[in-house]
Amino acid sequence: MIKSYPERLIDENGLRLDGRRPDELRPIKLEIGVLGNADGSAYIEQGKNKILVGVYGPREIHPKHAELPNRAVLRCRYRMAPFSTEERKNPAPSRREIEISKVIREALEPAVMSEYYPRTVIDIFIEALQCDGGTRCAGIVAASLALADAGIPMRDLVSSCSAGKAGGEIVLDLFDLEDKYGEADMPVALMVNLNMVTLLQMDGKLNPIEFERAFTMAIEGCRKIRGLQVEALKKRYQGIVEREGTSEFDEEDT
Amino acid sequence: MAIYTQKKQIVTPGELLAQGEYYPELNTFKEKDKIYSMIVGLFDYRGNRLSVVPLKHCYIPYVGDLVIGKVVDSGMSGWTVDINSPYSALLPLTEAISRPHSMRKDVEGILRIGDMIKAKVIAFDRTKDPILTIRDRDLGKVTRGKVVKILPSKIPRLIGKKGSMINLLKKVSLCDLTVGQNGVILVMCKSSEAEEAVIDVIRMIEREAHTQGLTDRVSEALRRRIAGTQ
Repeated sequence: MIKSYPERLIDENGLRLDGRRPDELRPIKLEIGVLGNADGSAYIEQGKNKILVGVYGPREIHPKHAELPNRAVLRCRYRMAPFSTEERKNPAPSRREIEISKVIREALEPAVMSEYYPRTVIDIFIEALQCDGGTRCAGIVAASLALADAGIPMRDLVSSCSAGKAGGEIVLDLFDLEDKYGEADMPVALMVNLNMVTLLQMDGKLNPIEFERAFTMAIEGCRKIRGLQVEALKKRYQGIVEREGTSEFDEEDT
Repeated sequence: MAIYTQKKQIVTPGELLAQGEYYPELNTFKEKDKIYSMIVGLFDYRGNRLSVVPLKHCYIPYVGDLVIGKVVDSGMSGWTVDINSPYSALLPLTEAISRPHSMRKDVEGILRIGDMIKAKVIAFDRTKDPILTIRDRDLGKVTRGKVVKILPSKIPRLIGKKGSMINLLKKVSLCDLTVGQNGVILVMCKSSEAEEAVIDVIRMIEREAHTQGLTDRVSEALRRRIAGTQ
């Protein structure tokens, strides 16, 4: 198959190949609690990306020697389905998937209050069903929602978004073609309320001024995504709480 | 000094709850003078003590809790019990039979793998697995009845204020109910139809734990179901 690649990533009106403005996010759809067997789960659609996340735990850790005496172990697996890309992806875990699993784990670790569950494990499974660039960011967004859905204590939700340079312009939320043929791609993850960056990678070249602009743009994108995350969480639980007017929880232990 | 949200409102992890002279209690944390939620739950406060009631959480054992568990392994000095928690519990031989005992002679005769037991947590500090005992009144092997599992966070609602909900269930259904703090409930009735009816109502309580006027609806649903089984 001969793939044609674009001559220009930005047209004469300053719009990108998929019709977005440079600082525009792809449309995002979030769903929480989609899996019955997992303790927590979330599904994200960001443009053509489709990612499903399941969280199990805290639960007993196997193998037993991997346990930590002072906190829960966080395990994370990012995986791309064989049918997620245009060319079939070999289902064996690739170098790239192992690396992304690691950076996602490290992006989530500062948020999870793992010290509440020593000697246990929290497993996060991120399955990319359809990929179109920026899946690690979308994976982080969905994984932090799945963790919240599992009732795991967190300092903050982690929001994530990429920025970069394509066709000579600084752009937000790059999709596959911009990622492949653009000049630079920079994923950022942020704990918005605490204002802490938990992931910052860069592929390609940006000069300091461009970096500054791209970074600010990515942070702005994270803030927007956080708004969507909170909205999705509240929507999910509002139904449970407010079926009949205001809620009442007259609890009292034995 | 300000509280940014209202009682019974859903809050999300990292949401700013209040600023100033407040004390963070259950499921909240303080950073400088700001108090944040750490889970998804319902906001609540008493005076200047802030807390978030969880909608979902796993069972963490506390000393004195009554739990219902399943024996999953037996060893030289006792049994391992699955108590629906991240920590599996240990039932030592000495807590199963009254002393003096003749070591391992009839351990198999006391409990076997797969048995359900009612037990009490006698020690737990997170550095070691919880220790159980069955040496007390009404504890020990479960010989009949049905077991139902619900979210541990809904157990307080199932019990109700001063046991109002659970007493209602017992009174109307004439069944014997044992509620384990770990989210496992043992239902013992005269007939298995009645047991099914009670389990359905318990599931309804779990589903609608946060709605108003639940006690009345439960009472009505239970009476209807029980009448159908007789």
